[in-house]
Amino acid sequence: MKLPISWLADFITFPKGFDPAKNVEKLVAAFVKVGFEVEDVINPASGIKGPLKVGTVLEIEELTGHKKPIRFVALDLGEKSNRYVICGATNFKVGDQVVVALPGAVLPGNFAISARETYGRLSNGMICSARELGLGEDHNGIIVLDGKFKIGSDALKALGADDPIIDIAVNPDRGYSMSVRGAARELAMSLGFKFKDIESKALLNKLARVKKSGKITQVEILDKSGADLIFLRSLSNLDPRAKTPTWMSRRLTQAGMRPISLAVDVTNYVMLELGQPLHAFDAEKINGRLRVQRANSFKSITTLDKQVRKLTKDDLLIADEKRPLALAGTMGGLDSEVGDETSKIALEAAHFNPVAVARNSRNHILSSEASRRFERGVDPTLAEIASARAALLLIEHGSAKYHGTSSKGTLPKAKFATINPSDISQLIGTDYSSAEVAKALAAIGCKVTKSGKRWRITSPSWRGDLNHVSDFAEEVARFYGYERIPSRIPTPKIPKSGKTGLTPLQQRRRYLSLALANKGFTEVHNYPFVNQSQMDLFGFTGERAKTFKIANPISDQNPLLRTHLSIGLLETAARNLSRGAKSAALFESGLVFRDVKKLEKATGISTAQRPTANQIKKIYESVPFQSLHIGGVVAGEIELSGWWGKGRTASWEDAVAITGELLGEITSDFSVKNVELAPWHPGRCAEFTVAGQPVAHAGEIHPRICASLGLPDRTIFFALLVDAIPVQKAIQAQPVNTMPAAIQDVSFFVPAEVSAAEITAVLREGAGELLENVELFDRFQRDGENQISLAFTLTFRAPDRTLTSDEVSKLREQATSSVVQRFKATLRS
Amino acid sequence: MSASPISIDPAQIELIKKSAVLAISSAKSLEELKEVKISHVGDRSPIARANQSLGQVPIEERAATGKIIGTARANINQAFDDKERELTLARDTKALVEERVDVTLPTQRTHRGALHPLTSLRFEIEDLFVGLGYQVAEGPELESGWLNFDALNIPEDHPARTMQDTFFIEPVDSGLVLRTHTSPVQIRTMLENEPPIYVICPGRTYRSDELDATHTPVFNQVEGLVVDKGITMADLKGTLDLFAARIFGPDVTTRIRPSFFPFTEPSAEVDFFYNGRWIEWGGCGMVNPKVLEACGIDTSVYTGFAFGMGLERTLMVRNGISDMHDIVEGDLRFSRQFGVGSK
Repeated sequence: MKLPISWLADFITFPKGFDPAKNVEKLVAAFVKVGFEVEDVINPASGIKGPLKVGTVLEIEELTGHKKPIRFVALDLGEKSNRYVICGATNFKVGDQVVVALPGAVLPGNFAISARETYGRLSNGMICSARELGLGEDHNGIIVLDGKFKIGSDALKALGADDPIIDIAVNPDRGYSMSVRGAARELAMSLGFKFKDIESKALLNKLARVKKSGKITQVEILDKSGADLIFLRSLSNLDPRAKTPTWMSRRLTQAGMRPISLAVDVTNYVMLELGQPLHAFDAEKINGRLRVQRANSFKSITTLDKQVRKLTKDDLLIADEKRPLALAGTMGGLDSEVGDETSKIALEAAHFNPVAVARNSRNHILSSEASRRFERGVDPTLAEIASARAALLLIEHGSAKYHGTSSKGTLPKAKFATINPSDISQLIGTDYSSAEVAKALAAIGCKVTKSGKRWRITSPSWRGDLNHVSDFAEEVARFYGYERIPSRIPTPKIPKSGKTGLTPLQQRRRYLSLALANKGFTEVHNYPFVNQSQMDLFGFTGERAKTFKIANPISDQNPLLRTHLSIGLLETAARNLSRGAKSAALFESGLVFRDVKKLEKATGISTAQRPTANQIKKIYESVPFQSLHIGGVVAGEIELSGWWGKGRTASWEDAVAITGELLGEITSDFSVKNVELAPWHPGRCAEFTVAGQPVAHAGEIHPRICASLGLPDRTIFFALLVDAIPVQKAIQAQPVNTMPAAIQDVSFFVPAEVSAAEITAVLREGAGELLENVELFDRFQRDGENQISLAFTLTFRAPDRTLTSDEVSKLREQATSSVVQRFKATLRS
Repeated sequence: MSASPISIDPAQIELIKKSAVLAISSAKSLEELKEVKISHVGDRSPIARANQSLGQVPIEERAATGKIIGTARANINQAFDDKERELTLARDTKALVEERVDVTLPTQRTHRGALHPLTSLRFEIEDLFVGLGYQVAEGPELESGWLNFDALNIPEDHPARTMQDTFFIEPVDSGLVLRTHTSPVQIRTMLENEPPIYVICPGRTYRSDELDATHTPVFNQVEGLVVDKGITMADLKGTLDLFAARIFGPDVTTRIRPSFFPFTEPSAEVDFFYNGRWIEWGGCGMVNPKVLEACGIDTSVYTGFAFGMGLERTLMVRNGISDMHDIVEGDLRFSRQFGVGSK
């Protein structure tokens, strides 16, 4: 909210010698201290130094023979003799008042003005345009002042450019400060200066004394949940040509609003000044009575912004007996707009229900100056006062005649709360004496009735937000400044659950991330947003094909949530390669989203108390399980080329090895098998399982996907389902066996579809517990044969003796015969 | 021994010795020394033969002559050992010199990995608070609107609900949103646990801002929540001071100033003083009694504080990162600057 300092000064008695325009920093700090962020300080004259005066044009001599029109101008600056300057603009005439920079002045951009010879004349200064003064972009001509100012007076003052503007952010709980008056009240409190309020009684009396004549438009509230109070003041005979007074249009401009017409400007001005949104209707366009009501059967309204808005039954409206006239508290309708010919005005000010206005605003995606104020709460006492102030301004500046007022509804009762003032010190952690608490509460307009330790506090009409001791604590704390709050570190206690430190899952995630980083992978954080054509390219099926769609994505390009880390990681790898990386090894840990379970709906559950166990269950079951994955990609070389020679391109073995190593640190009991699973190469994907449940996949990416993304062939990818891996119990150590080992090599021909893992498992099973280790040391497949040769080294060792050669032969025989039987294998000799 | 006997008068012995020592000292290499050994030290060398001839010496002279020969032989052996040591050392030294390499050659044959600096920062913050006795609480990113808004005193029509540009999930009446802050984790924590509660909630959050130099629709927060008997705003301030000093340096101070959040009352913004200016860090305050009540916590017994910061902002300020694109784009060159463990 933009607050010109001169306007704030209407409401604050500054001490003698305190020039607010020269103490902007203090004002800014004072706003910040009580909770208003200052977004900007606009100081229009900040780049201007030196004499800038109001002058009247006395004579214009057109100099000819130049490429463009040049004028030699005689000016009256109230000096002993006339001043003459050269000017290239032509948008002024004799008698106009203009802004003159005298020699010695410096304009924005370090533009120094001096007396100089030009076009054969002595130019003793410069007539300024808005752009030259840094006050706007207008450079089509020089500034012609629209008022009558004292000749030779400070032109900055005439321009209103001597008035810095403080732009503050008003938080949703401080709607009462969305006005110059409200902000000034806070500023005065923060500075300890006296707040000068409007004389509301005098104002109402003044209007009451105005002679009333003519018909008035009647008002009624058909829906009391929509508004509890409304005033409608009828006026006529408004001069449609009446100009908005300069001081008013300047203030509107300073506050960021565009002056339009007297009737509209007055409503805006009073809203900015007092915080009460007002609406002026063309009274001749109202059929019968004006009503606050729900849309019910009304179907649509065209608002002032020329949008046709479809109404829903519950929209809160201002209507007449035939049609809707405004979206209440949000925006007026085009039909009843005050136009160039309007002379009869119905001026409306109401206290609408904040929730009703918020819904209007949200349903119609329409946020206005009015709706922002109503949503945050408007002082209910203002409807009467602000509408009276606006009516008086129209009477004064538009020669309007007052017909009278129709009003309905009553003021809501004042709110009160009961608190123990010492609870405030308890909550803040520093001591405020009773006197201090009382002083702070009085400063914000509360009335305190003390009754021992309990205080009954009546909030002022504009503070609907004060209910609980914590609300009052904030008021007291900010009144004395948060810097008074000391610094203390609490001592955490062990929770009732007894759990401390990182959870096993958190430790696992850390371990895996660090392990991957140490293995040469660089971590990335991809957005989890994907699209259908990516999902199709990756060929996801089953759970991976089912995801959630964002209703309002930033761009329609990626409206879906990822079901797998591969899309993001592969695209990021491709981006790195396109930026010149020769190869890329990346990993990511993050959640994936799969729409696989029917979800509960958990809306409309009260927050007044803890939900029931059943409601909590519902809330939790309204949210899908989101699994934590860690994925990695290597595109190109895994061992790099260099001066030492050629590197090595990553392949399925790397993917399987890395995944196995990572898993091996978490669980000792997993198995591996070939699976066909998108987005991997159908023949080069390993599935890792623990107790039959998949916990990881690894392999080469499908060549079709590599080609489409511009990734090298054999790009590998692996994904671990971090939370699917059971937490392992403490490992029970095996004693180290120091007896001599017996080594036996065995080799088989087996059908090509039999996996090495299967044979290893059967060898182990057949050999029994004296088999210490099995290692595949050779594998080959003869061309054209559907058989492979696999050769293993078996290491046997007994814990208590040296095995005899007979024993070893027997064990070897047990192992090999089970393989031969199970897999149609032949033993090679 | 078939070798011819040899004269063994003392002069002759002296001559043999001199000749042997000269030959030894003249050897240029271990190979030459080996030759010398055969001719001057071995079993068939003159001195050996002299020794073998000792039997021919008259008995009364035998002891004296034997002593002369013995001494000569010891001298020869000594000379040989010395020379052998000298030549071995020379050979080894030469070999080491020849084996010298250029250790500045590139040697990294595998990729160098790195954690994303946001992850390192998160670990650092987790360690700080775990060290104090907090737990790390986490929750889903696709979250119930009730937990993300309602329970945090942000009812359907509250203006604060529009302050946060929320991503909604289709159909909108599913009530699902991408969480706009990690605060729903606070609610989950309070629904699942009784006080005392000391947790931090790090995690990914979402708001529908366009990506630019300072904004990203997907970002990370860390929030803190403490609910216990006698917790005050001073406890909040002290915790923030400690946090800031740990992350930004021991001399860094914080200030809090009044602000508004629906879920805290009183509310504050926290700034820290860094490189000569105040920088906005995050929001904080005393947990709003309405929030505690929605979680079934007795407000006559317990109070609490909460705070929340953006990790991206923290990282950008501390590590001088000027463009958000670097943080989100996943360019290897960005994260590699930070390696695995460095700040």
